[in-house]
Amino acid sequence: MTNMLQNRWWSWGFRSAILLYFILLIVFPIIGIYGQSLTNGWAALVDNLTEPIAWKSVLLTAKLALFATIINILIGTMAGWVLIRYRFPGRSLLNSMVDLPFALPTAVVGLMMLLLLGPRSEVGHWADSLGFTILFHEPAIVVAMVFVTFPFVIRAVQPLLEEMDASEEEAAYTLGASRAKTFFRVILPAMVPGIMSGAMLAFSRALAEFGAVVLVAGNIPGRTLVASVYIYGQIESDNPAGAAAVSVLLLTFSFLVLWLVSYVQSRRTGR
Amino acid sequence: MHVEVRGLNKKFGDFQAVRDVEFAIGKGQLIGLLGPSGGGKTSILRMLAGLEKPDSGDILFHGRRVNDLPPQERGIGFVFQNYALFKHMTVADNIAFGLQVKKWPKPKIKERIAELVELTGLAGFEKRFPHQLSGGQRQRVAFARALAPEPQLLLLDEPFAAIDAKIRHELRSWLREMIDRLGITSIFVTHDQDEAIEVADEIMIISKGKVEQKGTPWEIYKNPQTPFVASFIGESTVIEDIASLKGFEAAASWPGTKGLIRPEYIEVGKENEFILLSATEAGRVSHVHFRGSEWLVEVQVGEIKLVTYRSLEKKVLQPGEEVRVLVHRAYLFNDNDNWVMENKLKEDPLPVHI
Ligand SMILES: Nc1ncnc2c1ncn2[C@@H]1O[C@H](COP(=O)(O)OP(=O)(O)O)[C@@H](O)[C@H]1O
Ligand SMILES: [Mg+2]
Repeated sequence: MTNMLQNRWWSWGFRSAILLYFILLIVFPIIGIYGQSLTNGWAALVDNLTEPIAWKSVLLTAKLALFATIINILIGTMAGWVLIRYRFPGRSLLNSMVDLPFALPTAVVGLMMLLLLGPRSEVGHWADSLGFTILFHEPAIVVAMVFVTFPFVIRAVQPLLEEMDASEEEAAYTLGASRAKTFFRVILPAMVPGIMSGAMLAFSRALAEFGAVVLVAGNIPGRTLVASVYIYGQIESDNPAGAAAVSVLLLTFSFLVLWLVSYVQSRRTGR
Repeated sequence: MHVEVRGLNKKFGDFQAVRDVEFAIGKGQLIGLLGPSGGGKTSILRMLAGLEKPDSGDILFHGRRVNDLPPQERGIGFVFQNYALFKHMTVADNIAFGLQVKKWPKPKIKERIAELVELTGLAGFEKRFPHQLSGGQRQRVAFARALAPEPQLLLLDEPFAAIDAKIRHELRSWLREMIDRLGITSIFVTHDQDEAIEVADEIMIISKGKVEQKGTPWEIYKNPQTPFVASFIGESTVIEDIASLKGFEAAASWPGTKGLIRPEYIEVGKENEFILLSATEAGRVSHVHFRGSEWLVEVQVGEIKLVTYRSLEKKVLQPGEEVRVLVHRAYLFNDNDNWVMENKLKEDPLPVHI
């Protein structure tokens, strides 16, 4: 009896602690931002958002994050595939290097990008000769976003590939399917949930990236100023309501993506 | 399809999984590969399917060598041990897969799905996903999917291993019926001898990568050609000192010969139950177990412990009771030879007087 009571207490205590932690760390700050954005009423919020520099920065960020996500979907899926299915020297080294973008301070990533893409580098030189510049333009932002969100898709796809049963593939062969057909009709569909959740995380992270982007973006308002840098600028110039307004827009956007993906997934599996 | 295999060998690293396997299978036959697990049955099946490459040997379908054909072009259907259904596809899509790949026209695919769904008793489940089906249903989907493209040879790897005993019985006879009806040459793997005996036209006993014996279930039971087959099929007790049993004294003339006795070779009972009392041994009942349809009796004869059955119609024996034991025959084997020996006293009871 005492044992059961103790157990009940324990379980109640744990649940409450986790709930409290969640509320303090995640729910409160989010509500706080929504509150902050509305301190001066709806009209002020709308004013802050219809400011061209503000909404253009959000739009630009969303567009470039989408690009980065698409690139990550393609490359991440392939990289995950190669790392699981192929055996070659250096595979495990390569596999452990996948997480490097998470481990590096993003400011360091920004600096790396600056040096890599700058006009005096090979890449910058080569792009120059082709008639376009990367640094301080949109491509640089995309490259930075791709770099920092690189691990998401790979890490989401790998466990699915690992636990995939080889016999499903073999069944497809015995039914007459070529390797390519088997990949697209049997293997890829099994990877899709991983690709989707990896892509969603990558997209949200790309939307929010600051450190790696700020050094290479050029930050020209209305042209290469991304949302996170805009928010930083608004705080610096003492306009917390403007910062909160854009934050709210970004947040809402992230939530929408989250909800959409889980909705699509739940419909696909019929659960 | 007529299937022939010659000198098939397969090594995994240093481990010889299949050695010098040879057999031929006539069109429309249902063959059971039976043997302990790890014996190489799956490996043989996978080589027939083209999923594994033999180190040496030939595989012939219709007399044509198919070693170099990929699995896509062998015209086989394969039912995997774990079914390997496409998890993200419905039952209908699973069945349709092989037909779509072969570019069948849509109306024909639809027709074929309807036909197979009917045949396998899956009507009404077409739109379900594999995770929404029971084990037996999944098994039948796997079967329907393999049959859809009209293969000439059906390979089944332990098709009933993951299904509970009661449904397994039903599925067995269902499979037998189905294959009879379609007349498709089939090979199925099992480690369950009842299953092989009940379903197969012919059984191949596989152990340690070799075919120990091939024949009808009755031939194999009656006339096992190796000690392994004798002990693997049916129940049996191995007797080290077989010559000490009455009627088998002659076994002593082959040193190192052991005997194998099945429960059904032995009769046990009170003195008045035997006509040929002179051919029986004295024994003492050590245990009696009720087996549902008969008694299982363990009886001690001198140093030897024998196991046999006793009809429920006869008088119940008690542990410790003195009884008579008649051993009709034994399967004798030594390092060089093996043969069946009948009880000499039973054949000719007169010379012995007690
Ligand atoms: N791909 C493989 N790699 C290494 N060893 C294998 C492989 N496939 C099978 N074996 C080995 O070969 C032997 C026979 O296996 P298998 O054909 O699956 O036997 P069975 O189906 O009769 O149980 C086993 O000892 C197994 O460990
Ligand atoms: Mg096996």
